[in-house]
Amino acid sequence: MDIVVCIKRVPDVAEADVEIERSGLRIDDSDLSWGMNEWDTFAVEEALRLEAEHGGTVTALTVGGEDDEEVLRRALAMGADTAIRLADDAFEGSDPLAVATVLAAAIRKRPYDLVLTGAVSGDTGSAQLGGMLAALLGAGQVALATRTAFANGKLEVQHEVEGGLERVVELDLPAVVTVQTGINEPRYVSIRGIRKVASVEIPVEGAGDLGLDVAAVGAAGAREALSELFLPPTGEGAEILEGGPDEVAEKLVERLRERGGI
Amino acid sequence: MSTNTNQNPKILCVVERAGAGLDDTAWELLGAARALAGEGGSVGAALLGEGVGELANELARGYDDVWVFDDARFASWDGEAYARALAPLAQREQPALILAAHTNLGIDFAPGFSVRAGVPLLPDCLSLESAGDGSAWEAVRTVYGGKVHARMTCTPSEQGAMATLRAGAFAAAEPGAEVTGRVHAEDVGDDVGQGRRPVRTVEPEASEVDITQAAVLVAVGRGIEDEENLEIVQSLAEALGGEVACSRPVVDKGWLPKSRQVGTSGLTVKPKVYLAVGISGSFQHVGGIKGSPFLVAINKDARAPIFGVADVGVVGDLFDVVPALEAKIREAKG
Ligand SMILES: Cc1cc2nc3c(=O)[nH]c(=O)nc-3n(C[C@H](O)[C@H](O)[C@H](O)COP(=O)(O)OP(=O)(O)OC[C@H]3O[C@@H](n4cnc5c(N)ncnc54)[C@H](O)[C@@H]3O)c2cc1C
Ligand SMILES: Cc1cc2nc3c(=O)[nH]c(=O)nc-3n(C[C@H](O)[C@H](O)[C@H](O)COP(=O)(O)OP(=O)(O)OC[C@H]3O[C@@H](n4cnc5c(N)ncnc54)[C@H](O)[C@@H]3O)c2cc1C
Repeated sequence: MDIVVCIKRVPDVAEADVEIERSGLRIDDSDLSWGMNEWDTFAVEEALRLEAEHGGTVTALTVGGEDDEEVLRRALAMGADTAIRLADDAFEGSDPLAVATVLAAAIRKRPYDLVLTGAVSGDTGSAQLGGMLAALLGAGQVALATRTAFANGKLEVQHEVEGGLERVVELDLPAVVTVQTGINEPRYVSIRGIRKVASVEIPVEGAGDLGLDVAAVGAAGAREALSELFLPPTGEGAEILEGGPDEVAEKLVERLRERGGI
Repeated sequence: MSTNTNQNPKILCVVERAGAGLDDTAWELLGAARALAGEGGSVGAALLGEGVGELANELARGYDDVWVFDDARFASWDGEAYARALAPLAQREQPALILAAHTNLGIDFAPGFSVRAGVPLLPDCLSLESAGDGSAWEAVRTVYGGKVHARMTCTPSEQGAMATLRAGAFAAAEPGAEVTGRVHAEDVGDDVGQGRRPVRTVEPEASEVDITQAAVLVAVGRGIEDEENLEIVQSLAEALGGEVACSRPVVDKGWLPKSRQVGTSGLTVKPKVYLAVGISGSFQHVGGIKGSPFLVAINKDARAPIFGVADVGVVGDLFDVVPALEAKIREAKG
């Protein structure tokens, strides 16, 4: 089975004081640490697991700049066979549909049975790229997968549906599947593992290589644009208890007592 | 441009079912659509399912038109089949705006459908308004784990535009007492249901504890760092006479069973008291907390979104605060 995995490099904001740049269009990400989107680590692992079981190839793709090459290297270190970076000045200002259009053009160029993406990205998190990609490729799709199994030329996928339920569906290939966290245990990559692939040449493909009409991608093709970033209104917010651990604990006990928690 | 501008637009809502009835979001979409359509606009619903005549009538007590796709292929939700079935309807009716809910099902359906229908998609909207004198739509959504909000502008294509709305973010419209809308039966194309077939539905595993019945929940998140550390929240829960619950990453790592996960892909709980320990407060997590409990957040990041919804917060290291709290509770209980 030939599998393509789409991955994105995102900043880790979990514990960071996120500041918005004066332009109002970007966050100040200079002090943030970056890495492979959490969901994509599961997608890469799932691709490698299917490859180990059924043979074939795993190709990792990202649409991004030079800095984003780092996540392709991580995918290679995890065991992907090939990594390609899709980059072109014309891709600047792309909306998710444009990013999907670039990815679709790259995927169409090669034989593929299955495309895996993360369910959502941890930064701009629109949760739409996989579904758009499938429609552009004319392939079937299923979102939020928690298990995959390949047999008799079909892919069985369990995925999250409504009300805490999951459903198993059978997909004809080629297909696009978006992967949820927890589907597997992404393998650990050591610094040595990364060093091993440090000198691997990662090819770059641009609009010309992909046969893309530059009017369809980048800011030119975007119907969705960011007009402003702002910090969420705090509203009433929580009453913040001040003091050392014992002091706040005491105050908490009081509040819990008032509310019938004790 | 489609014949409709944002002034008095025609709006199509793709509604969801829940169990044998309609999902709450069916009325939230109506509330949002009515506000955007104004007096002169119209609001329709598309309903897919098998044997859903009753539900169609219920929708017609609020929606002007209800297009019903009644077919065995829609017995269970299939985002792919829905997208194929609805594309011709959108083409024929030419709504200026198509709305769906940003639920698991919406995520499965909306992106592919938007491409098939040739409309841009504004996902996961917290608010949605007409902008640019009616030539564009403007929405706010969360980015960077809820720490930042983004105002997005969307320029419709010739075919219009689409948005998915976050569940609970828009006030629901109440259905009227009488059926006032028109119900239309729709044909289903042959290509619908090809390439993807339902096999079975998987019910959650039965478990000994039922966190949905607990009055006090101590919920733990990724901030706990390690499975071994769970002990401190377990003894806090014990001291409080409550149960341990958790966020998704704790289940993904296999540290606690899925039957303890709170959220949109876990369980919905309605305790009296909810302690969120080392949980950032993503909407998927908070979406599972109902019944307005007294919500306490313990988090070392003062900007964590959980503080925006909590009643009381402690900005601090859970490894200091949790044991201290447990000691004080045991003291207080004597
Ligand atoms: C506030 C904000 C700021 C933005 N700033 C920029 C910007 O500065 N520059 C810019 O180009 N775009 C920007 N965008 C657009 C957005 O980041 C891209 O369109 C994005 O690549 C796709 O959207 P997503 O990550 O939300 O996709 P999602 O649908 O949430 O992502 C799901 C999956 O799609 C795959 N995927 C997503 N992006 C890529 C990618 N680039 N390469 C390979 N696979 C991918 C991954 O598998 C991912 O897990 C911004 C959007 C917003 C809302
Ligand atoms: C379709 C879909 C469905 C989902 N369903 C669910 C769901 O049902 N339930 C759910 O929970 N999530 C769900 N998620 C995942 C959700 O988006 C978040 O990723 C998740 O809720 C984050 O969990 P968390 O808050 O524990 O972790 P994080 O967001 O990583 O937050 C950890 C927090 O711990 C704090 N912290 C770290 N160390 C300490 C310390 N020593 N002391 C105090 N605080 C500390 C940090 O400041 C941070 O705020 C879903 C996602 C998707 C895409």
